[in-house]
Amino acid sequence: MRILLSTTCAVITALGFSLPASAAEKKTLTVYTYESFVSDWGPGPKVKAAFEKTCDCTVNFVAVADGVALLTRLKLEGASSEADVALGLDTNLIQEAKDTGLFATHGIDTSAASIPGGFSDDTFVPYDYGHFAVVYDTQTIKNPPKSLKELVDGDPSQKIAIEDPRTSTPGLGLLLWVKSVYGDEAPQAWAKLKNRILTVTPGWSEAYGLFTKGEAPMVFSYVTSPAYHMMEEKTDRYQAAAFSEGHYIQIEVSARLKSSKNPELAQKFLSFTLSPDFQAIIPTTNWMMPAAKPAEPLPPVFSKLAQPAKTYLMSPQDVAKNRDAWIREWLGAMSMN
Amino acid sequence: MTPSDTSYAAVEFHDVRLSLGTARFHFDCRIETGHIIAVTGPSGAGKSTLLNLVAGFETPDSGRVLLSGKDMSGVHPGQRPLSLVFQDNNLFAHLDLFTNIGLGIHPALKLSPGDRRAVSDALQRVGLAGYETRKPGTLSGGERQRAAFARALVRKRPLLLLDEPFAALDPALRLSMADLLLDLHRESRNTILIVTHDRDEVARLADCVLSVENGTIHP
Amino acid sequence: MLTGAQRRQGLAAGAASLTAIALFVVLPVTALLSTAPASSSQGGFFDGYTASLLRFTLLQAGLSTFLSILLAVPVALALARRPAFPLRIWIVRLMAVPMGLPVLIGALGLIGIFGRQGLFNRLLAFAGVEQPVSIYGLSGILIAHVFFNLPLACRLMLSGLERLPGEYWRLSASLGMRPLAIFRFIEGPALARVIPGAAGLVFMLCATSFTLVLVLGGGPAATTLEVAIYQSLRFDFNPARAVALALLQIGLTAVVLFIISRLPPADIAGVGEGRASRRFDGRSLLARFYDAGIIAAATLFLVLPLGAVVVAGLKADLLKLITMPAFRQAAFTSLAIAISAGLLAILVSLGIIAARAAIADMRHPPRPLKAFSAALSGMSSLVLLVPPVVLGTGWFLLIRPHADVTRAAPLLIAAINMLMALPFVMRVLAPAFETHAARTGRLGASLGLSGFSRFRLIDWPVLARPLMMALSFAMALSLGDLGAVALFGSQELTTLPYLVYSRLGSYRTNDADGLALILGVICLALTALGTAGHRRQT
Repeated sequence: MRILLSTTCAVITALGFSLPASAAEKKTLTVYTYESFVSDWGPGPKVKAAFEKTCDCTVNFVAVADGVALLTRLKLEGASSEADVALGLDTNLIQEAKDTGLFATHGIDTSAASIPGGFSDDTFVPYDYGHFAVVYDTQTIKNPPKSLKELVDGDPSQKIAIEDPRTSTPGLGLLLWVKSVYGDEAPQAWAKLKNRILTVTPGWSEAYGLFTKGEAPMVFSYVTSPAYHMMEEKTDRYQAAAFSEGHYIQIEVSARLKSSKNPELAQKFLSFTLSPDFQAIIPTTNWMMPAAKPAEPLPPVFSKLAQPAKTYLMSPQDVAKNRDAWIREWLGAMSMN
Repeated sequence: MTPSDTSYAAVEFHDVRLSLGTARFHFDCRIETGHIIAVTGPSGAGKSTLLNLVAGFETPDSGRVLLSGKDMSGVHPGQRPLSLVFQDNNLFAHLDLFTNIGLGIHPALKLSPGDRRAVSDALQRVGLAGYETRKPGTLSGGERQRAAFARALVRKRPLLLLDEPFAALDPALRLSMADLLLDLHRESRNTILIVTHDRDEVARLADCVLSVENGTIHP
Repeated sequence: MLTGAQRRQGLAAGAASLTAIALFVVLPVTALLSTAPASSSQGGFFDGYTASLLRFTLLQAGLSTFLSILLAVPVALALARRPAFPLRIWIVRLMAVPMGLPVLIGALGLIGIFGRQGLFNRLLAFAGVEQPVSIYGLSGILIAHVFFNLPLACRLMLSGLERLPGEYWRLSASLGMRPLAIFRFIEGPALARVIPGAAGLVFMLCATSFTLVLVLGGGPAATTLEVAIYQSLRFDFNPARAVALALLQIGLTAVVLFIISRLPPADIAGVGEGRASRRFDGRSLLARFYDAGIIAAATLFLVLPLGAVVVAGLKADLLKLITMPAFRQAAFTSLAIAISAGLLAILVSLGIIAARAAIADMRHPPRPLKAFSAALSGMSSLVLLVPPVVLGTGWFLLIRPHADVTRAAPLLIAAINMLMALPFVMRVLAPAFETHAARTGRLGASLGLSGFSRFRLIDWPVLARPLMMALSFAMALSLGDLGAVALFGSQELTTLPYLVYSRLGSYRTNDADGLALILGVICLALTALGTAGHRRQT
């Protein structure tokens, strides 16, 4: 018993100290972001290197699972947060984020930003965007839906995997898209679409996994998703369907924290996110569209992507106000038999 | 001393050979009906294997085992004319004594009123009158072995195999259990094969001794 | 037969375990509730939505438990009857693998077999059936839950059967008992002692199921309380509601467990090790065919989805994956956390076992001590119901003002995994320790053996195997767990399941498949270690 106790203690102590402490002499900029941003193949490593060349500082990324977790973490930490910058919230979270009072106005020139449908905010700086889209497998779907209406009314034996608006941002995006197009008719549209829905997954990964495994011939994802397959896997098997009504947009934003101890550096970083250098990194690492002009032209495959005719975006206030009611409405429509 | 009027031996081993792992056994002998035979020998010599061959838990590689003159090749343990008592775990711990003993009469417990009386009588005979509803866990070691004898009693089989039945009991209890066994033997005139290490027990109980050494019967 | 000092030590160890668990659960909940933003209490708590969640949670968990147990019975009986079945030990070991797989990977494996494009539907199409059979909906949830829990139930039952003394089988053969009589008088009662515990465990696992329910449920009509808890905390940041829902979940399940425990005489069930005793029944050709068929069907049900995982995994560049620094880092972190979680779970279990033994040793334990004993056993299983997301968030709040959360995170994850593993570890260790104490307690006491010499000479040789087994069990569970890590995840702290999910989350499905395969192999290796030497022993 005693041996076991001491072994356990030893192992646990070792565990506690096995993580290296990051000693810093230079100024450190702490950026909270989501996990895929900092992964080996994500934009993180390149962004860090590029910014460190210009700032004489060290960029320290702290990554959590996703944008929602990012906001939750900031709420939990409150004014004592280490974060200088939060990168990776999206438009639907902006109102909630502002309500926390944790964020400072950016005070930078954002005129370089060019987002379809336009976007400007005194606190949040856009760094990339992506239109939501139905991505389909060309080997199974010969006549992809050309509009949201066609998706809703189409052949119920051709299934789509979607995400749950209660637990994921793409799920919420689809909910808002349907609401934008159908308005008060949304519940009826959902009741119809329900027959085409293979399943509703908790997050994007599960739905996309079902899609690439061939289980669902369509998935709710981004216009830019096919770019990954074309560039990395050299296949144009997966394509996004362009919808005639237009597409709902997701804009990813960053902001600096009021509690930041390096406000100038944070501001400099926000400006950097709109610079051509930063923007050039985004398309092939984050697989989203750059929010401003990149240093190099976009890779050719991006010109093959669907071009949304119109962009939908609801104001963050409307989303914050109505989200609960709309989710209830969705639940009601989807749970009916 | 041979009360049986049949000409068959209770147990016959005809050139029985068996190998288990590295151990080899060879038995060839004849055990007359109506005796109490003590099977003795050092541990690992093959005493239990001998009993297992009789009971049907081991199948000979070659040779034949005969019980009351009948060849037992291919006969399932349940069809053999014998009863068993082990050193321990003779009773199903979750079943009461009545069920445990009743199973000796009918293996699916389909009992006639006469059978039920027989169970109670047997319990009385071994000194456990009124214990029908008791669970084995509430009994002492000696009482549990008595119950096992009661089951052997109701089964009325001509052959009783005992594998160190008193080894777990204290000396005073052994004496009284041995007496009980002798009483039962005199009443039923059955043949008893008892594996034991205890010399006093051999002297008190056995008509003759079968000494097993190195996997074979020592003359 | 304990000395006064031993009894006091036992009680102290139990009290320490209980206090540790209680503090670990209660502190973060308090912290969460005290930071609840005042604005977030919109609407009533128990509305129609919550009621429908409750209904569905009960329905799917109840059905899943019923099916898992019902189908596990013939499998356990057949396996117990066939100690020499080819590859039996590996079949039993394989049963531990679903537990160590990240849930989503298991689900994708199942979809590879039973999905629209799966093997099953392709066979049907080959046979001329036009419309694919859809598993999405309640049926999908049930298939998945049976896949994950039948092996567990089966191992618990197998151990119940294997613990029967070998004499029982000789006796039943000698008495000429037929299969039905053997079931009625021997196997049935043995199973009845194990089933309440197994059913309780399976029910808890199914009631708190989250990813499986959403992915295979086909729509929001299939939503469990756990989803709502996750939503309240992660998406809405409404801690009060999350805690209330968690309490509802615990209370509800406690009621169900209480009802289950009332049914037949409950006995703490151990986990099967694949140890076999010699059997003399079922020698007819028909019986052999029946058993072989049952075992083959169960193995196939288990192996096919795992096979789909293997096939998908082999498409990945495994060598490249293994040699990545990120993999080595994640594997190291995962194993370190798993070992800590396993050792902690064993330590806490030993405390609980010691206290219960001390109380059981008293002839007339006073009422408070009886209650203490009951609290210990209740606590050790109900901890499974505390949502990791609640614990993680609460502890985050508690630690942050005083220390670097990133540093404390591995310890917290290990502790959360320890809680998850506790009910399983208890089920392995408690029967082994009780039997051991009953066998050696008096003798050891009479020889005056104590301390290290007792441990070395008497305890270790006997208890090493159950301890190893408990450790491997807990480690497999911890290895497959994503939930706890996802809360703290940062680039310094990645585990293998986290790596799998992060690959999935960035289009790299192939890599994810490969990593999942590696994870499965590690789990199998752990179980093989935990059950090593059993063959030699029999």
